[in-house]
Amino acid sequence: MQNHFPENEAFYKALSKRYGIATVWQILFLSALLLAILSLTALIYNVIDGAFGYIAYEYKNDPSEFTSTPINELTKEELLTILKNNLSTGAYKKLDNEQAMSTRSQADLLNLFLERLIQIDTKQTWSMTESILKGEKIRQETKTNYPEARIEFRSWLTPQFLVSPMSSKAEFAGVRTAVLGSLWLVGIAIAFALPIGTGAAVYLQEYAPKNWLTSIIQTNINNLAGVPSIVYGMLGLAVFVRWLEPFTSGSMFGITDTNGRTILSAGLTMGILVLPLIIINAQEAIKAVPDSLRQASFGVGATRWQTVWHHVLPNALPGILTGSILALSRALGETAPLIVVGASTFISVDPDGPFSKFTALPIQIYQWTTRAQSEFHAIAASGIIVLLVLLLTLNATAILLRNRFKQKY
Amino acid sequence: MENNNQYAIETQALSIHYGNFTAIKNVNIKVEKQKITAIIGPSGCGKSTLLRAFNRMNDFVSGCSVTGEIFLHGQNLYGKDVDPVEVRRKIGMVFQKPNPFPKSIYENIAWGARINGFKGKMDELVENSLRHAALWDEVKDKLQESAYALSGGQQQRLCIARTIAIQPEIILMDEPASALDPISTLRIEELMQELKKNYTIIIVTHNMQQAARASDFTAMMMIDDQRAGGVIEFDDTKKYSLAHLINAPKITSQADLVKADKEHRL
Repeated sequence: MQNHFPENEAFYKALSKRYGIATVWQILFLSALLLAILSLTALIYNVIDGAFGYIAYEYKNDPSEFTSTPINELTKEELLTILKNNLSTGAYKKLDNEQAMSTRSQADLLNLFLERLIQIDTKQTWSMTESILKGEKIRQETKTNYPEARIEFRSWLTPQFLVSPMSSKAEFAGVRTAVLGSLWLVGIAIAFALPIGTGAAVYLQEYAPKNWLTSIIQTNINNLAGVPSIVYGMLGLAVFVRWLEPFTSGSMFGITDTNGRTILSAGLTMGILVLPLIIINAQEAIKAVPDSLRQASFGVGATRWQTVWHHVLPNALPGILTGSILALSRALGETAPLIVVGASTFISVDPDGPFSKFTALPIQIYQWTTRAQSEFHAIAASGIIVLLVLLLTLNATAILLRNRFKQKY
Repeated sequence: MENNNQYAIETQALSIHYGNFTAIKNVNIKVEKQKITAIIGPSGCGKSTLLRAFNRMNDFVSGCSVTGEIFLHGQNLYGKDVDPVEVRRKIGMVFQKPNPFPKSIYENIAWGARINGFKGKMDELVENSLRHAALWDEVKDKLQESAYALSGGQQQRLCIARTIAIQPEIILMDEPASALDPISTLRIEELMQELKKNYTIIIVTHNMQQAARASDFTAMMMIDDQRAGGVIEFDDTKKYSLAHLINAPKITSQADLVKADKEHRL
């Protein structure tokens, strides 16, 4: 029999060529991975770079005009007296109405003192890299340009930043309102989309006959998952903000001071937006439940519903949860539909229910980045860090939940 | 169709189609009560399809349609007013691969009984079912543990226990030992002999030897030139015309079983 395979010399030559091609591909794959890691690192570095750095600021009014005690040693009582004596009656009353002055913390009052009376005026800010590499130069420049200015290295991401509401001064602005708004949004979206999405998935997988109608529906659901989010924003504007205004504004329930641009409208819009994602993921999870389990259940005389409720759903639950994590992350980061539905860009009152006006983290960040002053870019960077941490926390919670369900058996 | 006491279930001109394809054509068999009836034949001849027709498991296969009749107590299982859930309540099934629920051993038995509205003492039912499936002694101390912790053979006996817990009249077995080792296979076969005192058993098997060893009646299936399966022979296993079935060696030890398996497995 004739041998058509290369042998000896020819074999080894061909072999080394095969290895050569393999090495080239391996290097290509490795560089793809490295590139991905590099971009991620650059992103994180860029964000962190903005959130820390030198700041040069001046006091518009000297602290000695108000008190002889150094600023850092002021007690809560002293601060209260100073604020009461120096703020106009109207301004004081307004603050007192937002939150009773006597219940505010020392740090809160100190911020008010700095913001309202001393009036910090930021002259310039620098990024972290600049601050570290050219610290001495920055100090000297500041001395010549702004002889009155104080300079310090500050982190823009502080506990204060997390708990403060929005403010027109970057130094005192915080993300509390935005974070609460985002959590409300995501909560409403999931509460709306998870049951409906899972229900639709169960129907499509377990009940619906396989015919042209269901396959058209299936294709449409898949396509909906890829529809640009602004389109959902328009839908939300038309349906929830305008058409269902009596419901979404709360006027049906006796709430009169809002229009349809509420958290509820935005949350429902987000719910519609993530619905296809949740359906598709739940379908995959249900498909992954082995048929043998369904047969076992039918085999002992279970009805379709008993099979679904006792076997299919519990076993698909980890997968459905994973799907809702993805949906949740998407909803948390979505900006465009919120702008269309009518998120407020400046709001300092916490959302207190589904019928309040609202803002959300991405909106807040976007708004800050559009400001000219560099200190707003710094708090935008801090806001991004908060958003990322929030995302990671939510994801981690969901993964923990998922593993808990998985361990059952 | 008059109700004949001798027979547990019978088919009349039963044909099963998948879309335009006829999988099984014109099957007429009468299965005797409290006997083990084996369905044998080469791969793809429709053994499992026929078996699944008995408890309407084919209903879940899309495009599957049935013509002809299957009579249980003189009632056609494919009649308009028959609920398949009720059919499966009366005709239990054990599958090819052990498929216990991902629940505790106890719950595996109790679940089927509970959803069917069992009102007696559950602990007793679980114990009795496990005893009848020859599994009680092995699992009595770990009833709350996961069924997945059991070996394949134990899982299959658990599935049998689960089936007899709902007290069906007929138990269908779809190659119940094909995924098991010879020792477990032997135990399942022994168990079947015990079970036939109370139940009618219909078993599909690939294994001629198993049919010869374990069954009272044998239905031999073959495909015709249109690839449609049909029962070509149905008789008492002992009178069976296939010579090697009559001459089946007596199995007395595991070594025999392994040897017999090697020689005769189709």
